[in-house]
Amino acid sequence: MDFRLPAKAEAFRAEVQEFLAEHLTAEMIAATRDGTIHSPELHRAIADRGWLSGAVPAELGGGGMDPVELCVLLEELQLHQAPADALGVAVVTVSMILEHGNDFLRSETVPRLLSGEALGCFGYSEPESGSDVAAARTRAVRDGGGWIINGSKMWTTLAHVADYVLLLTRTDPDVPKHRGLTFFVVPLDTPGIEIRPVSTMGTERSNATFYDDVRLGDEWRLGEVNGGWNVMKTALKYERGIAGGQFPSPPVIEAAIDWGRTARRADGTRPIDDDAVRHQLVQAMIDVEVCRSFAYHTAALASEGEMFGVEGSMTKLFASESYKKHCAWFLDMMGADGLLTHDDPGAHMDGRIEEHFRHAPVTAIYGGTSEINRNLVAEGWLGLPRSR
Amino acid sequence: MRTRYSEDQQAVAEAFGDLFAREATPEAVRAAEAGCGFDRGLWSKLAAAGAPGMAVPVEHGGGGASLVDLAVVAFEWGRRIAPVPLVEHAVTARLLASLAESGAVDTALAGAVAGGEPIATLTLRPAGPDGAAPLVPAGAVADVVAGLRGDALVVGRDEPSGVARPNTAGLPLADRDLSDAGILATGEVARGAFDDALTEWKALMAVAYAGLTREVLAMGVAYVKQRHQFGVPVGSFQAVQHGLADAATRAEGARLLAFRAACAVDAVTDGAARLASMALLFGAESARFAADRVLQYHGGYGYSAEYDVQLYYRRAAAWLLQLGEPAAEIARLAEADLGPKRPKAA
Ligand SMILES: Cc1cc2nc3c(=O)[nH]c(=O)nc-3n(C[C@H](O)[C@H](O)[C@H](O)COP(=O)(O)OP(=O)(O)OC[C@H]3O[C@@H](n4cnc5c(N)ncnc54)[C@H](O)[C@@H]3O)c2cc1C
Repeated sequence: MDFRLPAKAEAFRAEVQEFLAEHLTAEMIAATRDGTIHSPELHRAIADRGWLSGAVPAELGGGGMDPVELCVLLEELQLHQAPADALGVAVVTVSMILEHGNDFLRSETVPRLLSGEALGCFGYSEPESGSDVAAARTRAVRDGGGWIINGSKMWTTLAHVADYVLLLTRTDPDVPKHRGLTFFVVPLDTPGIEIRPVSTMGTERSNATFYDDVRLGDEWRLGEVNGGWNVMKTALKYERGIAGGQFPSPPVIEAAIDWGRTARRADGTRPIDDDAVRHQLVQAMIDVEVCRSFAYHTAALASEGEMFGVEGSMTKLFASESYKKHCAWFLDMMGADGLLTHDDPGAHMDGRIEEHFRHAPVTAIYGGTSEINRNLVAEGWLGLPRSR
Repeated sequence: MRTRYSEDQQAVAEAFGDLFAREATPEAVRAAEAGCGFDRGLWSKLAAAGAPGMAVPVEHGGGGASLVDLAVVAFEWGRRIAPVPLVEHAVTARLLASLAESGAVDTALAGAVAGGEPIATLTLRPAGPDGAAPLVPAGAVADVVAGLRGDALVVGRDEPSGVARPNTAGLPLADRDLSDAGILATGEVARGAFDDALTEWKALMAVAYAGLTREVLAMGVAYVKQRHQFGVPVGSFQAVQHGLADAATRAEGARLLAFRAACAVDAVTDGAARLASMALLFGAESARFAADRVLQYHGGYGYSAEYDVQLYYRRAAAWLLQLGEPAAEIARLAEADLGPKRPKAA
């Protein structure tokens, strides 16, 4: 056993830090306040460095970056609050297309996605189905050699800046739900698609997308007809490798320490000299080390060629639930000052803690809710019977 | 980088796992509780298997294994909450061996301790200037006691009383008198040697806690699968499943952090002491959480003396408290990470 990262990975960390010092600007981070956690410049710079194609598994023809180095890349991006949500989306999209796509899809979309010129997005969730994603109702019906698609998707994040949506559709309503699904790669400029913004309590903007008699050639189909659930399973597999989300708390802790040192209470004392505050800061730092241990462990397993499963659910569950707790603690620590948003010139560190406080709940919802992850741990790790 | 056991470590885990499962049965744990919290027969078997000094260098009579290898054994020890002072003895044996290196300790004593007799322990908290060391772990059974007295590192050798102060987990805790203990080092050297031993204790106890938690969860899972209410296993109720899933998630995080800390201490990495301390605190907290959930999901039987979960529940709280208040440990971490507290202006 040896949990220390290899020297090569630490050298790579230095490279990533240099890259971020050069390419990541405060303006980029601030620009995400319009709700789109994506910076085209940064995304292209990451692609130009070869890290996007690098993150695609080698067996699919990607760069096959060592999972430990990939973990370091994701760690540094998160520690620096880099708006890089599109990286994971791109890697998963490309991986799915390389695994299931026909020659047309591979040559038409993959080079553009890998260069960072085009973006993908996920169209799985619908107004009536989220956790039960296999219950999707958006219909795709044969039309000669092609397809006509009708329906609506909810939470199609990044659709307003993306070029393709990976769309989960129902092609056979008369069989058990998992057996009547088919995936398509749908160019978002196809006639009949409407994208409406969905705003959130946090900073993110998401979208509702509507599909009204959208006509599509069969070459845009991804995987077998009625084989969509298989494709979905590989999406979940690739997402595990690039999911990130293990380090949401450090920027909040950093802001809390800064506040603790610089603010003065009515009696003239510094919050950081208060044992209750110190206690919470230490607890939060311990939680971060737990997250880091999970992250390094899953990366090490992956680099040994071991496919981890439930460990990914545990990591996400622990990281998001502890992050929510930290945000609430440190918001409280600031008292009334904690309420100020970044629009107020006096807000501490641009209202960072307040902003994280509003962002935190979503991390326990998207990408599989905490309840769904607990179900997965109960069944897959503890071997408990299916819940009732 | 490898976050799983090596093949050798796997073999060590299996060998000691078998030994503890066979010898440190719940009956043996209960029998030890009725006495002073110590099972001499088990200790002899462990000594014969080379466990007490396994991580002591060969030239000082040990097995030359690494601290991480020892941690693999500590995990199995924790799983069975075995009534022998393995961790205290092992870290004291390493301390004595390192002091024998510089001539401060008689090599014969270091070698004997590495062999498992006499039993040695460490006062986790400094003794008073008068040498009074209250509630020393394994104090009821250890002949050799090392610790800090003022700014001096001392080692005393005395016949132990064989009587523990009655305590919540039946641990062999006893007060010891270090007033006559010989001085091995003073000042910074003393503090450094003691802190290193204490850091090792924290890392190993963190791993032991992970073992305890693993076992108490396994007990809980087996119970909720077999116990039926309303015509179904209680383990099919989602409220029960989610409580256990949270416990299992923390348990896995605690296990990884504990072994990561043990690796860091072994490799003398910067920040190793910090990680060991964090791993211990988190290990204790997740052990208590798991034991609490498992006791709860046993219903009334969990509270009965007959079931084993109560044995784990009490130790989950007790092991850490031997070090003192958890808040004090957190305050030490805060001091290191956040700087000292500024005194309130007058
Ligand atoms: C900001 C944001 C961005 C998103 N981006 C995308 C995206 O890009 N693409 C996309 O496809 N989706 C996206 N999603 C959707 C996200 O994946 C879903 O919100 C999530 O899977 C939960 O589904 P739901 O919202 O329909 O909640 P529901 O599934 O309706 O759940 C409601 C509640 O019931 C609980 N629950 C449901 N089933 C169970 C069960 N079996 N056991 C116990 N409890 C259960 C849930 O945990 C939750 O607490 C996004 C969501 C948000 C908020």
